[in-house]
Amino acid sequence: MRLDPTPEDEAFREEIASWMRKHLSGRFAELKHRGGPGDEEAFPELRKEWERELAAGDWTCVGWPDEYGGRALSIEQQVIFHEEYARAGGPGRMGHIGEGLIGPALIKFGTTEQKQCFLPEIVAGREFWAQGYSEPNAGSDLANVQTRCWQEADGSWRVQGQKIWTSLAHESDWVFVLARCEPGSKGNKGLAFLLLPLDQPGIEIRPIRQMSGGSEFNEVFFDGAVAQAEHIVGAPGEGWKVAMGLLEVERGVSTLGQQMHFAHELDLIIAAAKRNGRASDQAIRARIADAWTGLRVMRYNALRMLAPSENGAELGLKREALIYKYYWSNWHRDLGKLAMDVLGVEGDIVSDDPAIRPLQQMFFFSRADTLYAGTNEIQLNLIAERGLGMPREPRPAN
Amino acid sequence: MSFAFTEDQVLIRESAENFLGDASRSDAVRAAMETTLGYDESLWQRLAGELGWCATAIAEEYDGLGLGPVELVLIQEQAGRRLLCAPFFSTVCMAATAVQQLGGHLAQARFLPLIAAGELRMSLPMLGTPAQWDAAAATVRAHPQGDDWVLDGDVQQLPDAAGADWLLVCATLSAGGRGLFAVPAAAAGVQLTSRQTWDATRQFADVQLSGVHDAVRVDTAESLAGGIARCSALMRLYLAAEQLGAAQQCLDLTVEYAAGRKQFGRVIAGFQAVKHRCAEMMVKIEALRSAVYGAAALAGSEDVDSAALAMECAAIKALASDTFYSCAQEAIQLHGGVGFTWEYDPQLYFKRAQASSHWFGSAEALRSAVADRLLG
Repeated sequence: MRLDPTPEDEAFREEIASWMRKHLSGRFAELKHRGGPGDEEAFPELRKEWERELAAGDWTCVGWPDEYGGRALSIEQQVIFHEEYARAGGPGRMGHIGEGLIGPALIKFGTTEQKQCFLPEIVAGREFWAQGYSEPNAGSDLANVQTRCWQEADGSWRVQGQKIWTSLAHESDWVFVLARCEPGSKGNKGLAFLLLPLDQPGIEIRPIRQMSGGSEFNEVFFDGAVAQAEHIVGAPGEGWKVAMGLLEVERGVSTLGQQMHFAHELDLIIAAAKRNGRASDQAIRARIADAWTGLRVMRYNALRMLAPSENGAELGLKREALIYKYYWSNWHRDLGKLAMDVLGVEGDIVSDDPAIRPLQQMFFFSRADTLYAGTNEIQLNLIAERGLGMPREPRPAN
Repeated sequence: MSFAFTEDQVLIRESAENFLGDASRSDAVRAAMETTLGYDESLWQRLAGELGWCATAIAEEYDGLGLGPVELVLIQEQAGRRLLCAPFFSTVCMAATAVQQLGGHLAQARFLPLIAAGELRMSLPMLGTPAQWDAAAATVRAHPQGDDWVLDGDVQQLPDAAGADWLLVCATLSAGGRGLFAVPAAAAGVQLTSRQTWDATRQFADVQLSGVHDAVRVDTAESLAGGIARCSALMRLYLAAEQLGAAQQCLDLTVEYAAGRKQFGRVIAGFQAVKHRCAEMMVKIEALRSAVYGAAALAGSEDVDSAALAMECAAIKALASDTFYSCAQEAIQLHGGVGFTWEYDPQLYFKRAQASSHWFGSAEALRSAVADRLLG
């Protein structure tokens, strides 16, 4: 166990840092620290161009295997990449659903044709993806998907139903959808995993206005929307397996970059406290110290999560991986409250000041952190059942 | 950069886990609590002699194994889990660390090989914050007499002092400044008074020094000033590791009890109110575990900045104190009525949690120190 970087690590770190200094400038300079959850509506077009800038520098999909256009970086190098990207203020990645979710799922479950069709576009930053899992009645109970699909005589698929909480659907080209292909099936059986172009007559996208005022989530309505015959991933009925494999990937190395962004938010809070005098309040000082401690916890927890496990346990079953989402989301929600308490009455005025606005947005948006990707309550069930071996919640018989 | 334990580190952890799981079971701890010494002499002989644990983090030039904070943290985690009654924490985690970090060459050469061999027990007060060091130094005076030093004064709350061969005390020098001295516990003028502690798994004594002649100066003036940050950091880290192990045991006892206790016709482990509270304990414990392992790796890194390490270990000790207390009180609550009895173990952990929350600085004082670094 050691934290000292090797000379190769240091050289790699400098390579990224200098690339970011050179390229995140000029017309891209206004993207610094922008985008990402809570700020996804910032500069969508310019951020897509930024994706192509990254691709030109070979900095997209850095963890993918060579044969699919990635750089096959080691875990250590990916950590360094994400840290330096975020440290430089690299904008929230428009391509993250393609790069982090559907790409790895296609690499694992896709056909050769699907890989050839979709992966190069993701690597090049030319096509952007949205995720269609949640429904009005399939939130925590994700397996209760009601959206239906069926196959036409020509082999193509039709999709009927509604998805919700679809991030960036209005800025995306494709959506992957979990839909029920076996009429009468229940729970996680009888589902199909389909890929659909969003720009078609059978799909309508309606933005959802959030408590913070913005609309980065959408409802997506499917009315006989079409997926080509060859755009089903896995066999009909095996959609759940594909979907779960992909959620597993979600807890990956990019968490290290997320933490750099959190550190930047704490820096903004510290600067605000020094500016307005709250830095001399003992209770505020103690909360800032706790927030900093949480950052150290998250960094070490992520490094521990990414280290090879001694007993060969799957990532998702490692204890530090089980607690991670619950820990960071609750920490971040507390950070939002701390930010507003530091700002005081200044925080109650809608601000355009770059030293204040991000903190206000964080305060409101972080309420979603403990809801999406498994609510606090679902997370605690998982921790108790998988981590501590306690009895499972009763489920209705299928 | 790698966060995986080496094979040797895994072996050390497993060996500590197996040995203490057998030798420091609840009944053994309860028997040790009743003795005047506060621990079982033969258990100490086995871990200090046969197992060689005392040599773990002592440099090879002083006959130690030359391993580092990571290995000692792994042992400490298991010691805390089993509430090990032994002068291991005082002698190895505290005194050996103080001599290594604060002592001059002569003192190191004199004491460290004996500690490494498990042949010497040493106790010192649990000082952490600068205010605690100041207060301790203010109550003892040292004046030179020929080549010797003569010590007078009072020292409070030395852990495992009853069986200690030597005591380490901080004193104000008659010529000004302060120094660290080793005093033979058997020297003329040393008067030990045992204090009855609610947490009987780690016992304390107060010491009165009246014209004690045989004191040995441990520090050189520079070594004391320069070493305190790292010394305090390491002691806090080793204590945090112990608190981590103890918190884990609170959770393990609770999950086991809940799996067997039936109410309303089913085990209480199946109730979400119980599951969620156990899950929250696990979140806190795993967060602390990551922090403790990370800080240990940082402490073992080359060229680590002492001030940065001190800040991190202060934060982690505060986190460990809060986590341990929270898990101990949850263990009592979730055990129901039996959690309040002497017979069940949660009370032992609860008492250690409260006592250890002060050692090397309260959570409030430590947070305040962290905030000073962040906010000036």
